[in-house]
Amino acid sequence: MRLNKIILSFVSALVILFSTSVASFAKVVGDKIILGAAISLTGKYSSNGVHTQNGYNMAVDRINSMGGVKVGGKTYKFDIIYYDDESNPKRAAQLAERLISQDGVEFMLGPYSSGLTKAIAPVTEKYGVPMVEANGASRSLFTKGYKYLFAVLAPANLYLDVAIETAVELNGGKPVRIAQAFEQDAFSQDVRLGILDAAERTGSKIIIDDKLPKELNDMAATLVKVKQMKPDVLVVSGHTKGALTAIRQIAEMKVDVPMLAMTHCDAAKLSKQHGKNSQYALCASQWHKSLTYKDDFFKDGMTYAADFEKEFGYDPPYQSAESSAALLVFKDAFERANSFDQKKVRDALAATNMQTFYGNIKFAPGGQNVDKPMVLFQVMCDASGSCENKVVAPLKWASAKLIHPIPKWSER
Amino acid sequence: MDFLVFQYPMITLQACLDGILLGVLFALIAYGMALQWGVMNIINIAQGDLVILGGYIAYFMYLYGIHPAWGVIVAPIIMYFVGIAIYKLVINKVVDRDLFISILATFGISILFMQLMNFAFGADVVLANSGYGTTMLFDNNVVLPNSKIFSAFISIVFAVCLVIYMKKSKLGRAIRATAQNARAAKILGVDTEKVYAATFGINAALCGVAGALISITFTIHPYMGLPYTIRSFMIVIVAGLGNLPGVAMSGMGLGVFEEFADYILGTEFRIGSVFLLLVLILVYRRFKLSRKREYLK
Repeated sequence: MRLNKIILSFVSALVILFSTSVASFAKVVGDKIILGAAISLTGKYSSNGVHTQNGYNMAVDRINSMGGVKVGGKTYKFDIIYYDDESNPKRAAQLAERLISQDGVEFMLGPYSSGLTKAIAPVTEKYGVPMVEANGASRSLFTKGYKYLFAVLAPANLYLDVAIETAVELNGGKPVRIAQAFEQDAFSQDVRLGILDAAERTGSKIIIDDKLPKELNDMAATLVKVKQMKPDVLVVSGHTKGALTAIRQIAEMKVDVPMLAMTHCDAAKLSKQHGKNSQYALCASQWHKSLTYKDDFFKDGMTYAADFEKEFGYDPPYQSAESSAALLVFKDAFERANSFDQKKVRDALAATNMQTFYGNIKFAPGGQNVDKPMVLFQVMCDASGSCENKVVAPLKWASAKLIHPIPKWSER
Repeated sequence: MDFLVFQYPMITLQACLDGILLGVLFALIAYGMALQWGVMNIINIAQGDLVILGGYIAYFMYLYGIHPAWGVIVAPIIMYFVGIAIYKLVINKVVDRDLFISILATFGISILFMQLMNFAFGADVVLANSGYGTTMLFDNNVVLPNSKIFSAFISIVFAVCLVIYMKKSKLGRAIRATAQNARAAKILGVDTEKVYAATFGINAALCGVAGALISITFTIHPYMGLPYTIRSFMIVIVAGLGNLPGVAMSGMGLGVFEEFADYILGTEFRIGSVFLLLVLILVYRRFKLSRKREYLK
């Protein structure tokens, strides 16, 4: 009898708990639109996870303080429920499931990294929950026919192909010899595919094609081959670890190569950690504060950077800027849909065609943003040793002229 | 497959030298593992995480304007006490249990350390710049970063000091006696509890030295410890316990093997080839052992 009572009270406690949690976190409560996000606040992606969260929070505050979102003649404010996915794809998928089925969230923001976005996308797709993501660039995300996934950033295969085209152009239109080293993860391998396409387009030849392990801390073997075979361009992509290892060993081994193109330079704080050794490295970036795109909320890149620094105490990396842009896209879509119906919001997202401080946004049927080119910046240092990233391509936004070929180590 | 390494003798030489310099550093970490494995019968899965923690000590010195090379003095001192603390809190409770319990316990410590380092130092990949420059040999065809030469040199100095210490000092003799037969040592008046604590402390100190060296030659990150654990485990398996020249030789051998695997099979198979070698050696050892058994029959 007593046992029955205990079971009964336990079950009723669970029912009460569950019902209150659903009621308090429904999609739109009062004047609040509640978005859900699983973000890496701990684990190996936590630095970039925090950049993502700061970007989201900055945009939420800005949009709310500037009048919020107007739907059906009423004004709503954004609010976000965050969970920590511990940088773990399985956990991210579980949390997406929880956000949707327990917390009742009907609109999602993306996590950090392609891997985690890949884990979450099938869940949001299953429930028909529109997700605007800002940090998953892998091409494979956009070839699966997802209908509810929208990415404000350019896909990974476009990261460095500009570098190859620039190298060919500087070589008088003649093909170049390329050495490349890529980590074996979804993102870097997509960057590699982009290089293969660019090489085929320009008739260039790939003479070294190394794959770097995830536990990478030594790429001396690749660099010895580069020294021996003297390519025209060296391309490296292996997240922050790859960028830091490459610059350290290129400087130590005095590897001379006319062009060095990489990813993740600003996330790795290359110029701060390596100083003058990182000079002349060409880096792919989704965004740079000097770009002249404009919107009503953040004005332009420079203003965004200044406001961000005031609030969070550091210069915004592109991961924060693109995360802020995701909120602007959602606001625009809600207002155009004039409804909270998921299908209508999804259709409005698909029809997005706008400019934000981060760049133009227009989605292809696969969900990727096709209206925003990548930019390349080059690390440039002055005589005192202080270094700065300056945009060198595309020419429209270039604030400095590309230095090519990179001076030899013996002449520096 | 790429046989470039054999086409140019200079690349072969470069691979050998890179491998040896790397191997000496691995051997230092492995020696600490062999020591505590031999004395306490504990396989320390957290070995690599202790290395990374040592690396962070050197990195923070670098951040505060002290040359990171001083880390090879400061890191082992701090790490010695970290080691003693870990022993007092966890290891002394599992030291007499079977190997499986100790593996689980140190695995737990490893996860805890990773998360704590991530929490305290952030998830950014960092490094300390020594500014040591480069040595060029054979008309600039063979390139050796001085930081790698420095690492190998310091590793050798510490290894030699440790050997002398183990042979000459009272504690060293007590450690060796405990490794041979803990019960007999206890009966003869050796305080094995203290010996165990000191052994774990010395192992952590060696990891501290190695970590400081890694921060100036490679990069450090809270989640990068495991490959170092695996490599030292591998070296100890090949060399056997309590065999310092064996550990040094097997460390260098593994370093060279890794470099050649990198050139021939590609960088992606570097760690995989270490595992493959481990399996082959274990199979070979079993095969040898079973033949011996037959002979005895």
